[in-house]
Amino acid sequence: MKYAYYPGCSLSESAKEFDVSVRAVMDRLGIELSDIPDWTCCGASAAEPVSRLMNYALPARNLAVAEKDMGGMDVLAPCSACYLNLLKVNREVVADRHLHGRVNEVLAASGLTYRGEVRVRHLLDVLLNDVGAAIVAQKVTDGLAGMKLAPYYGCQILRPYRVFDDPGKPTSMEPIITALGAEVHEWDCGNRCCGASLMVGHRDVAMRSVAAILAEAEGADAVVTVCPLCQMNLEAYQAQAVRMGGRRVPVLYLSQVMGMALGLGEDGVQLGKNLTLTAGGRKRITTRAWRTEVQPGGEAGRQEGENNLNKGASHV
Amino acid sequence: MSDVTSQTWTPATDEYQAVLAGLRETVGACMQCGTCTASCPNEFAMDISPRRMWRMIQFGMLDEILESRTFWLCSSCYMCTLRCPRGLKLTSAMGALKRLARLDGSPRARKNGAFYEAFMADVEANGRVQEASMMNGYFLRRRDPTLPLSFIPLGLKMLSKGKLHLPSHAQRGRLGPMFAKARQMEVGS
Repeated sequence: MKYAYYPGCSLSESAKEFDVSVRAVMDRLGIELSDIPDWTCCGASAAEPVSRLMNYALPARNLAVAEKDMGGMDVLAPCSACYLNLLKVNREVVADRHLHGRVNEVLAASGLTYRGEVRVRHLLDVLLNDVGAAIVAQKVTDGLAGMKLAPYYGCQILRPYRVFDDPGKPTSMEPIITALGAEVHEWDCGNRCCGASLMVGHRDVAMRSVAAILAEAEGADAVVTVCPLCQMNLEAYQAQAVRMGGRRVPVLYLSQVMGMALGLGEDGVQLGKNLTLTAGGRKRITTRAWRTEVQPGGEAGRQEGENNLNKGASHV
Repeated sequence: MSDVTSQTWTPATDEYQAVLAGLRETVGACMQCGTCTASCPNEFAMDISPRRMWRMIQFGMLDEILESRTFWLCSSCYMCTLRCPRGLKLTSAMGALKRLARLDGSPRARKNGAFYEAFMADVEANGRVQEASMMNGYFLRRRDPTLPLSFIPLGLKMLSKGKLHLPSHAQRGRLGPMFAKARQMEVGS
């Protein structure tokens, strides 16, 4: 299987570890990614407040290049905002003849045109529906038995378009987490907004969401996500979030935990690039300390059933 | 470069009217059930609830709308759009309100829109967003010398992880012609 890969700006900068681990994991799963040549920014959620036309033309440019140069391959986007912006072109622009004409007029300034024939896919969609959890399970060399992961989907891969998951109660990460040998942390925060770019201009508002999400992660060994902005918000502000009732927990990309289970090593997993994962936290993950974690009761070893009961009791 | 394309994104009455007409159409069928307000994660910080905002658009209460901070607090989570029983594109309406305020050009709009402006200016210049130069642009637009201080911890963390660097010039200027064309078309719309 081959995809036109659209990494997006975050994955080239603050979320470098997401990019590296996605490429390494996909390679291990036998999937070929080839970058869209000279791809440019999709506009994220900053284009819509500034220009309606550029909000469509920025992502459309990348689809136009993929359509022209990449033989109709599906475009694979790992970032939520990139995915939604690209998908929005297919859903809103191509379906509206007037708007489609205007967007193509903008694209013509760069000698491009987009007919609307490229399919846009999110990483999670491809992992679940093209690769399949069974193939992932076959490739696991270093299972994550005993690790409890809280799946955090964020917003824009689920909404407004229902494509591969239930926008109100998402589950698409669960088969993959289970295939890695890990356990799913049950919670209701998987699709709750992290505040997104409000963290820059209205931090007090976004912090409330972050603290609430981190508080609900109680009992999980890590939160796993597929969105670079969610990962940054949930990870980089934990010191403040703790003061507002959140708790400290590693926030990793799904591709990073997949890389751990597929035996990729630090080159492919890049835990060292996570912003606030401390040396101690990293050591606990790489040495799989969750397996022998000492429980508050003092007993070593983690008996799953009993452990869950203990956790329940501490909440009551 | 022609006169038209060398203009910046200046307010134009036509564009303002076009955004307003689009907004009225988007929320015209709102029946005031309040599902949007109940679904909004940031409603607690808004001065006017999303439900009331749609009514104010229907009534054309433009001054009151532009004084509100409500739409600046939309984080584009699309929960209201998902749940709206009338199927209205409410998140897009919040985006259109931000554009309307931007065209209005009040100091409040300049402050609240500074991040989006800095982001888009960086995209236009570099083709891809460069986080360090984008944040510099944001600080300059906010004109608040203490603001950068609150980002120092994050900046230092990013620096120590090798995530801050000088802008890459690989895609510089690639989007210039498209931005110029869109500007020309939007001013004339």
